[in-house]
Amino acid sequence: MLETIYQFISQNVLLPLTMFVMPTDYQTEAMTVLQTIVKIVAILVPVLITVAYFTYAERKVIGFIQGRIGPNRVGFFGFSLWGLGQPIADAVKLIVKEIVIPTGSNRSLFVIAPILSLAPSLAAWAVIPFDDTKVLADINAGLLYVLALTSLAVYGVIIAGWASNSKYAFLGAMRSAAQIVAYEIAMGFALVGVLVAAGSLNLGDIVNAQAGSVVHWFWLPLFPLFVIYFISGLAETNRAPFDVAEGESEIVAGFHVEYSGMAFSVFFMAEYANMILIAILCALMFCGGWLSPFQGIPVFSYLFAWVPPLFWLLAKTSFFMLLFLWCRATFPRYRYDQIMRLGWKVFIPITIVWLVVVSVLVVMNTPPWF
Amino acid sequence: MIEQIVFYFFGGILLLSAAMVVSMRNPIHAALSLVLSFFASAAIWLLLQAEFLAIALILVYVGAVMVLFLFIVMMLDINLVALRAGFARFLPAGITIAVLLVASMGLVVGADYFASDTYMAMPTVAAEYSNTKALGLTLYTEYLYQFEIAGAILLVAIIAAISLSINKTKINKTKNPEDQVFVKKQDRLRIIKMQPESSTRHKEPKA
Repeated sequence: MLETIYQFISQNVLLPLTMFVMPTDYQTEAMTVLQTIVKIVAILVPVLITVAYFTYAERKVIGFIQGRIGPNRVGFFGFSLWGLGQPIADAVKLIVKEIVIPTGSNRSLFVIAPILSLAPSLAAWAVIPFDDTKVLADINAGLLYVLALTSLAVYGVIIAGWASNSKYAFLGAMRSAAQIVAYEIAMGFALVGVLVAAGSLNLGDIVNAQAGSVVHWFWLPLFPLFVIYFISGLAETNRAPFDVAEGESEIVAGFHVEYSGMAFSVFFMAEYANMILIAILCALMFCGGWLSPFQGIPVFSYLFAWVPPLFWLLAKTSFFMLLFLWCRATFPRYRYDQIMRLGWKVFIPITIVWLVVVSVLVVMNTPPWF
Repeated sequence: MIEQIVFYFFGGILLLSAAMVVSMRNPIHAALSLVLSFFASAAIWLLLQAEFLAIALILVYVGAVMVLFLFIVMMLDINLVALRAGFARFLPAGITIAVLLVASMGLVVGADYFASDTYMAMPTVAAEYSNTKALGLTLYTEYLYQFEIAGAILLVAIIAAISLSINKTKINKTKNPEDQVFVKKQDRLRIIKMQPESSTRHKEPKA
């Protein structure tokens, strides 16, 4: 169905647009640019809607875990509908609120910081494959690209902390910078393990290398790296139990204490977009991406053959997103020195050791994975 | 056509941000301009189909090195007036160094090796060509010894940096997590049995 809509837009909107506006020499290039823009919109609009409803899901799930109800009032057309209108009401509220720019702050950097934190988390979606063929940019170094972009998210945080001209914000920024640099190394090594196991940096090839059955997926041979990747993902997105950059109990709200209205909500969106990104990467690299969990099982693989591959990818992603919320509702915040110890002294040695183990497994052609 | 637009766009940003690195008054702004110039040069490398190097530049320099750099610069209490006081005094030395740098760069990237007629057209590569694979193969076969020497130098540098930063006079209160885990109730808690004190001041109010 998505292909049909895309073809329709391509034929009936983009083609006439380029035919009439552009000179004949540049029509094919203009068409490519327009088609890419349509694809970007087709990826980002669902992502942003998911971001909005992820905040709702978080309040509902944590409410459920803590024996509360969560938002259940705001609905549509007079029906409460379990509070499904809440994210939209929140968005409207944040849009109409004033953005206060503090005196003594660095105005341009203060404004640009939220954008810098949201942009990388959206740009990383360019290389995410949703299917064997559906990917915006099928590049060779997809894994590296994702790693590079997730490491850029820290700039929004440190620039916000410095530009706010506030001690609380600055402390939050410093904490976040040190933490992200520490966990990025463990994360990178975990990804090197995936690269060694799959023999490719292309995310589509990595998923295809896991084909077979549930035990062929990389979560089994790369189990320590899988766990470390998810925990580092928690730390990279500044989520509980690693949310010392916000640390309400010590530094009020950390790096975004001076932000209000839409500027704050862009930070908020960046955090949730990053979580969804880490969740889909976990699903792609360790849990077989769009591959069906019933693959290789005699009867069930036929029974579930009609399910579209995209469904499995989204189901796995949703599970990891739930795990993010579950962790937040369950664990108390880490002490800062323990965060640093966990990153440098526990995770990095484990990943290096397991990298050697994986390399040996690959060289020995250990069945059933390699 | 699109490639040329992209090249001139990022080339312009690169030159502008590189100029801003040396001309900005505020060191934070200078460091951020340096980040921007890394970004623009990575984009130009991408145009040259060197995707591994481009992404490695962003990953290593922008994602890690410049974050630590900003970390330090933000913590410094920099007096801008004092910083600019010696401008005229250091100008001759600065110009000398700049001329030397430009001359040495010119010798390396001059017309002898990088003449424009040899590099007019970029060799296009097949879609399956992996920059990462080609780089890895060259690095681990042809340049293995050089690679290992570089690795050994980096290892020595790491050990030196750690040994310099170890505080020999033990004044910081480092906690040992293993000790903390193995603490038992008897180590911390002492139960004292004593007679309940009879207080005269807080009498129960009579109903």
